[in-house]
Amino acid sequence: MPDDRQFCTFLVDGLYFGIEVFQVQEVIRFQEMTRVPLASPVIKGLINLRGQIVTAIDLRRGLELAERPESSLPMNVVVRTGDGVVSLLVDEIGEVASTDPATFEPPPETLRGTARTLIDGVYKLKGRLLLVLNTDKAVNVC
Amino acid sequence: MGEDDESIVREFLVESLENLDQLDRDLVELETHSTNSEIINRIFRIVHTLKGTCGFLSFGKLESVSHVGENLLDNVRCGRVSVTPDIISALLSLSDVLRSLLLTVEQTGSDGEENYNTLITLLTSLNKAPGSAAAMGVSQTPGVTATDSPIVNLQHPIEEESPAEILGEEAPVDELEAVFRAERAKYQAEQQSVAKVSEQKEKSVAAVTPPATEDAKKSELTETALRVDVHLLDKLMNLVGELVLARNQILQFTKNQSDAELISTSQRLNLITSELQEGVMRTRMQPIANVWNKLPRIVRDVAHSCGKQVALEMQGKETELDKTIIEAIKDPLTHIIRNSVDHGIETPEKRLASGKAEEGRLFLRAFHEGGQVNIEIIDDGGGVHLDRVKAKGIERGLITAEQAARMTEREILNLIFLPGFSTAAKITNVSGRGVGMDVVKTNIEKIGGTVDLQSKLGEGTTLRIRIPLTLAIIPALVITSGGDRFAIPQVSLLELVRLEPEQARKGIESIRGTPVYRLRGNLLPLVHLNKLLRTEIPAGINDGTVNIVVLQADERQFGLVVDEINDTEEIVVKPLGKLFKGLTTFAGATIMGDGRVALILDVMGLAQRSNVVSDNKDRAVHETESKNKDTGSSKQAMLLFRVSDTRRMAVPLSQVARLEEFPHSAIEYSGGQQVVQYRSQIMPLISLSEVLADPRLRLVDSAQPEKQAGDTIQVIVYTSNESSIGLVVDRIMGVVEERLVVQRNIVRPGVLGSAVIEKTVTELLDVESVIRTALSGYTESTPALAA
Repeated sequence: MPDDRQFCTFLVDGLYFGIEVFQVQEVIRFQEMTRVPLASPVIKGLINLRGQIVTAIDLRRGLELAERPESSLPMNVVVRTGDGVVSLLVDEIGEVASTDPATFEPPPETLRGTARTLIDGVYKLKGRLLLVLNTDKAVNVC
Repeated sequence: MGEDDESIVREFLVESLENLDQLDRDLVELETHSTNSEIINRIFRIVHTLKGTCGFLSFGKLESVSHVGENLLDNVRCGRVSVTPDIISALLSLSDVLRSLLLTVEQTGSDGEENYNTLITLLTSLNKAPGSAAAMGVSQTPGVTATDSPIVNLQHPIEEESPAEILGEEAPVDELEAVFRAERAKYQAEQQSVAKVSEQKEKSVAAVTPPATEDAKKSELTETALRVDVHLLDKLMNLVGELVLARNQILQFTKNQSDAELISTSQRLNLITSELQEGVMRTRMQPIANVWNKLPRIVRDVAHSCGKQVALEMQGKETELDKTIIEAIKDPLTHIIRNSVDHGIETPEKRLASGKAEEGRLFLRAFHEGGQVNIEIIDDGGGVHLDRVKAKGIERGLITAEQAARMTEREILNLIFLPGFSTAAKITNVSGRGVGMDVVKTNIEKIGGTVDLQSKLGEGTTLRIRIPLTLAIIPALVITSGGDRFAIPQVSLLELVRLEPEQARKGIESIRGTPVYRLRGNLLPLVHLNKLLRTEIPAGINDGTVNIVVLQADERQFGLVVDEINDTEEIVVKPLGKLFKGLTTFAGATIMGDGRVALILDVMGLAQRSNVVSDNKDRAVHETESKNKDTGSSKQAMLLFRVSDTRRMAVPLSQVARLEEFPHSAIEYSGGQQVVQYRSQIMPLISLSEVLADPRLRLVDSAQPEKQAGDTIQVIVYTSNESSIGLVVDRIMGVVEERLVVQRNIVRPGVLGSAVIEKTVTELLDVESVIRTALSGYTESTPALAA
């Protein structure tokens, strides 16, 4: 693993995730969405990002987590992936975290479900675990 | 190689490849006008220029090959060697070799290691003229410039050019000189406005070089034209798309404003944007000649290889199309042309025998009409042999013999577009491998076009292609369904129908849950967009009014029921990402005036999803069947009956042997099958209400409770191969004679389609299919009938 990777962090259903900063194009607040009937339920809708149409993916659904309560609006983490620009819907945005490669570990074998395929590994930070999200795979779950 | 060198080489490649295209055209033309010195000179100059530049850029191989060609051409030019088909063929293969060498240069930066001795020997051997021997077949050292060329006997003082000049100019040198001269004189005479100058330029050029007007025009063009990177144009097009969206947003916003200045400014913005959009769109327009110019060579090669004589004529070369569309039609068009020459036009002997000119005529025509481009490919060949097409269709299992007998000419012709169809009696290396016309059709439909074929046996074939001008910005109808807006491309839109609650209740009938509406006497199947997309109907807006958008999908019409019809708007089509592949209901997305995203409905996808059209093969057969009944039907006697309280059905009287009534007590069982004794036979009974109620088509078995409580059952007796089968119905209603217009839009097992009989929607029973399916487990007693 390369050293000192920097992660853009966010919360999804209480879990602390990170995406490497260079993959993130921008973070924006909730946007009006146009739903796409008949598409995979993981696809929450399409947003207009300054004239560009971007697909919004609900990470809670992608990770098979509990549905987001109606009252809270998701944030958009806009990432560049192999399939173009995609927005990941998350609960809350955290800070940019610097990591120490010595604290990295692959995901535990006992982790099952889609989460197993979407999480590249874990950084043991002080007091909490940072889960490294594989954006390309996250986009492909739908 | 430095950057400058690289760009010089790149320019040289682009130019030389273009010149080679011209060379191909000229060579083909030379074949018919073998003494036209104009053409010969042009050909010579192209090869000469190429050779000179190659020397300058140190492409020794290219240079030596073109040198041999140049020698031969020089002798042709001076009349020492006369033009023969052999020479033309050799020169064409020279053109091929040069092209492949240029491509090698493009890929590797050098002209490769391959040797072309065969071609060099061939060209040398053709160059039999005395005096030229010294200059033959000698590989020149690299670095030779045009001035070092061994040709002395030049009509034009080409030696005077510097290599740089050759490099920079595409047009033949003498004509350019003429233009320059004319220009200089003109500029001295008067300094006019730019527009006027260019107008005059044309005049003066025409005056100086009267015989080569076409060519002069071409060189004119290269002077005022500029090479632009396609990617830059694409980017501009995208930006203009964005601008159109922003404009729409502004317009929407100013609708509710009263500030006069803001309103007038936004109107100006509106006009400028529209003009800019049009202008940028025109930069992407290319004349169809870009595709057509390759055709003379193809026609010649194909005609040669199958021993035919074909004259190619083109009209409307300047007709312009969007670049993406040009790209998309290139292959289909080439295929059609090959087909026309290979299959359409007959051999000279055959043509003479049928009283035609020895030489076949292939005519291409392109023109604009109603915002679309028409391309016609007309040949005066043998035409399509309908019987052969029919036989082939039957042989390939595309149609049944019975269907074939009823098909109209047009329907038979359309069989050619089905996958897996080829009429060529023998497979040639040109065409006839069974892939082709279906691919042509799909490719053209992919860009929103249509293909139509007309043919007259012995007189020729006309193929008409209609395609849209551009794809990027399209007019669309915006509708609302389930609270969301959707855009429907206007090309597929036929009309809008609004039914008031009262009309809707009466007008919309239902065939077993499938809603239909009678639109001017024809049954229009209705598809509810809410149901199809599984979106909920928002409460409160539905007061019983029904909005129907009548759409056309592949020669089928259907009505899309939507919540609201909003407006028409110019929309910019943006593709949906890879994440949505497999989602055929949407063609893309667009951004609306208020900045929100709306999905664009794919009409063909909708139709497929709602089974308005089924798979390709099925569809064509159904289509042909139904159309046949539409057009060719005379009055037909139909037996009307009811199967249950709700189902009114009919069967052609010709299929009915007898009508019988049996007391319930007469029903016996044989192996779980209901039977009656009838005319000293055992006749199985099929209860239609049960067979048709179950989609899997079952036999009535003893375990089923009796539905009919009456004393007797009514039976339609159907006879085939001396065995009889009884179809049990609820009530026989009588016989009517009526002209049938069968709609095959709702196809279910056991039902052929539906028609309006005595002003009521009636389903047509498919007797054979019902019996076949129902009796599949009853083979012993009725071998003749079971499938």
